[in-house]
Amino acid sequence: MSDTRIPEADLQAYIDGRLAAARRGEVEVELAADSTLAEQVAAYRTQNDALRAAFHPVLDEPIPDRLLDATRPSRRRAWAIAAALGWIVLGGVAGWSINEAYRPAPSPPRVDVPLAQRAAIAHAVYSPEVRHPVEVGADQEAHLVAWLSKRLGAPVRAPKLESIGYRLVGGRLLPGESGPVAHFMYQSEKGGRVTLYVRTEGSDHGETAFRYADEGKVRVFYWIDRTLGYALSSADISREQLYTLANAVYRQLNP
Amino acid sequence: MTERDQVVALIPRLRRYARALVGEPGAADDLVQDTLERSLGKFHLWKPGTDLRAWLFTIMHNVHVNQVRRRREFAVLNDEALEIPVPDGQDAALTLRDLQRGLEHLPTDQLEVLLLVVLEDMSYQEVATALGVPIGTVMSRLSRARGKLRVAMDGGAASTRLQIVK
Repeated sequence: MSDTRIPEADLQAYIDGRLAAARRGEVEVELAADSTLAEQVAAYRTQNDALRAAFHPVLDEPIPDRLLDATRPSRRRAWAIAAALGWIVLGGVAGWSINEAYRPAPSPPRVDVPLAQRAAIAHAVYSPEVRHPVEVGADQEAHLVAWLSKRLGAPVRAPKLESIGYRLVGGRLLPGESGPVAHFMYQSEKGGRVTLYVRTEGSDHGETAFRYADEGKVRVFYWIDRTLGYALSSADISREQLYTLANAVYRQLNP
Repeated sequence: MTERDQVVALIPRLRRYARALVGEPGAADDLVQDTLERSLGKFHLWKPGTDLRAWLFTIMHNVHVNQVRRRREFAVLNDEALEIPVPDGQDAALTLRDLQRGLEHLPTDQLEVLLLVVLEDMSYQEVATALGVPIGTVMSRLSRARGKLRVAMDGGAASTRLQIVK
């Protein structure tokens, strides 16, 4: 590099076509004399072109519905009203009907609603735990499953999800609205966590379809299978990935 | 055009930026969704007549920084992330995957500057305002981002000169 080397900021501005005309000449003189520098400028301009070429097509993609939904204030207002009525705490009928009035999509039966919320809260509380994510570790899986089954008064199982990249970390017992809840935690190699929330339902509800809920940052797939309610939650994988996991869980519980 | 229409009109640009910033399309849209929800919650703070785009990008920056910070709390040390990919043989074509892999090697603060300048065509002053840093910091991050991306993409070998696609 020669002593007359142009300031780095000028060089960057030259690359971006943002340098004042008067200074451009100086840069070009310098580039003509310094092939290494000229090569660098060419490489950086190639970078610019490659970046634009690679990501420009995103502009033409259709906007996903969930992003359009996120710009609609009514949904948030519904949440605010519902929360103000203590709906989240009480799970009351009044709050639900208000929420339902705002919700365009067909809604799950009322009995399901607190399940997704409860599961999301449990997920949000325990999944960031570094030192104490579970009460009983996966190394004592047999004990864990026996213990939770005994407390719930129903046979509970921890599905195996290693084949799709999630290993069991362990589980814990949680207080639910109508009794104990079994909570299993799984973790991927990259540290992403999903939790399975299992609670007993008061009576036999038969089987419900998978339902999906966005609870703040936590995504939840939940379903009821006779007397047990299940909810699989995650804050760090996509809805599609979570759906794959939920399917795997369901298949293992209903072989 | 209502305020909502203005926001919706900017969604494709937010998605393009997020895609380049995050990589995985689902996660990128998650970032956009979080940004939109956050912006709606504080829309009363936006002054009509000021640059809505800059305001949204500032929110996205804040959301992303928080997410990265939280993710780091239980991130597992990953040696793979330190490897620099070397293009095989003669093939120095800038494929999307190579480019994305290259971008993954940039620290977030440098990557943000590069993307706002190149993809969003923001002026350096606009970038400085959006990210809340002095313009000198913008310039030095830009310079470092380009240098690092070049090394990540072609191994830094000055001999393997890249072709200019025009």
